[in-house]
This record gives sequence, C-alpha cells and structure tokens, in this order.
Amino acid sequence: MTTIADKPDAVIDLPEDAHQLTAKVRHAALDALPPGRLMPDRQPAYVASWIYVFGVVTVAALSVVIATGMVLAVFGPAWWHESPTGLFVNSLHLWSVEVFFFAMVVHLWGKFFMAAWRGRRRATWVTGVVSFVVSVGAAFTGYLSQQNFDSQWISTQAKDGINSTGAGAIFNVTNFGQMLMWHIVLLPLAVGVLVGGHILLVRRRGVVPPFAETAKKGRTDTAPADTAPPFEPVEAAPAGDRS
Amino acid sequence: MRRMFASLVNLNGPGHFVHWGFIQMSVANLVVIGLMAVVFVAAILIPFRGHGGRR
Repeated sequence: MTTIADKPDAVIDLPEDAHQLTAKVRHAALDALPPGRLMPDRQPAYVASWIYVFGVVTVAALSVVIATGMVLAVFGPAWWHESPTGLFVNSLHLWSVEVFFFAMVVHLWGKFFMAAWRGRRRATWVTGVVSFVVSVGAAFTGYLSQQNFDSQWISTQAKDGINSTGAGAIFNVTNFGQMLMWHIVLLPLAVGVLVGGHILLVRRRGVVPPFAETAKKGRTDTAPADTAPPFEPVEAAPAGDRS
Repeated sequence: MRRMFASLVNLNGPGHFVHWGFIQMSVANLVVIGLMAVVFVAAILIPFRGHGGRR
C-alpha cells in the first residue's frame, strides 16, 4: 500500500488545500512563468543583437557594484581611503557603477528606438526606465557617502537644488547618516526589486519582435501568446545564433 | 609601474567645461556621452556572431 510518506509529491495540490495562500501563489507563479518560459533554452533569431548584450552587462555590473559595496561596508571609510586594497575595492565600486550606467543607457536607447513597449510590454519598459531613475538616486547618495571633501562639496552644492523642490524637509543631503542609509539600504533594495522584476517581465512577455517581423505577418498585436514559449518555435534559433 | 598606469590625462587641476547657453557640462561627461553614442551605433551596425561561427 502506497502512503503519502512514499510519495511526497502527493501532498501537493490536494483539492482541499486549494484555498491556501501558498497554493494560490504557487499556481499564480506557475501560470505566469512556467519553467520553460522562465529559463528557456532558445530565443527568437532577432534576439541575436548587441543591444541585449548591454542589458546583460548592466546586470553583471550591478552584481559587481553590490559585491564591492558589501566589502566596503565591512571595512569602512578609513580602509577604503587609506589601504591600497581598500582603494582598489573603492575603485572597483566606482568603475562598475560607470559600466552599469554606460551599458544601461546604450540598452535603453536601443529599446527606445525598437519601441519595446509594444505588445503588452509597457510594464517591462516602465520598470527599466524607473530602474534608471532610481539608480541615479543611488549613485547620487553614493557620492554623498564617500566621506571626503568631494562628498562635502557635492552635498553643499546639491542642498539648494533639493531644498527648492521642498524635498529637503525629509531628504537632507547634508545629513550624512541619512544619505548613507538611503545609499546602502533603501535605494539598493529598490534597484534590486526593479531590476529583478524587469528580468522576470522580459521572461514573461518575451523580447519585442522587430517592426519588419510584425509587418510581415500582418499582426497589429505583438503580444505573445499565453502559452510558452513566448515566440513561435519555427523562428527559434539556439541562443547566440544569428541563423 | 605607477608610471605605466598613470592617467593619460593630467587630472591635477581644475576641470574643463563647455558652455552652451544655459547648459554647462564638463568635458569629461561630454566625452562619456560621445562614447555612449559611438558604442550605441556600433551595437546596431556590427553583426552579432553566434557560437561556433554559425550564422
């Protein structure tokens, strides 16, 4: 006789558990992103473009930004200003931010000229743009957290601009502790959530087809079908292939 | 070694700025924007090669 202990999977999806929050969330997640769509083996031929490489470079640079930021947080300002290793990690943190913004802007320009919001992809576009705006704030508070004359200069120059908007009442750029917390807690969290959501939306909706591809098929709606994969298999090429 | 990795540009001095009406921008930022434009055009025009030389 088979028991539940012999078949652990049998305890999942019992009809009497359908009302539970975990069951509802699991079903919603699997409906939105079945495994084949979340981690596909193939992509449409038109994904073979350098524009998407810059999206990946942006995510890679963000990983380096977060990793080096964590190291800086462990050792503190005296280390990143005076120790040769600290100066090196500090430079890695700065230059990975430069690469992050550089790649993100190239990716953003490319997606703008592709009108990448077509076909129910507005949320993908908006999360990308908002990620850019929030990242500017994260970088700005980073410059204020350097603990040197540069950060003092920037904060005293910025305060009048911020105060003229009225935001200075709750966002005081000369308050180092507050700016540091924004830089290492709130804004990285926001950027992480936005970028993560952006990537999941790319998987959910697929990459926008080129205009020519849409016109050729006489389609006015470029939205992907609700079934995975988010493109027609006949167009598929191995990832990275131009075919 | 230090000389080998020394900056190609002398950074010991005040920055250089360009003025265009009410717009003021550092030359450094202008160079970065120019590089982004060049890389963007290159990303559009240069074909993306696949693995193993397949096209």
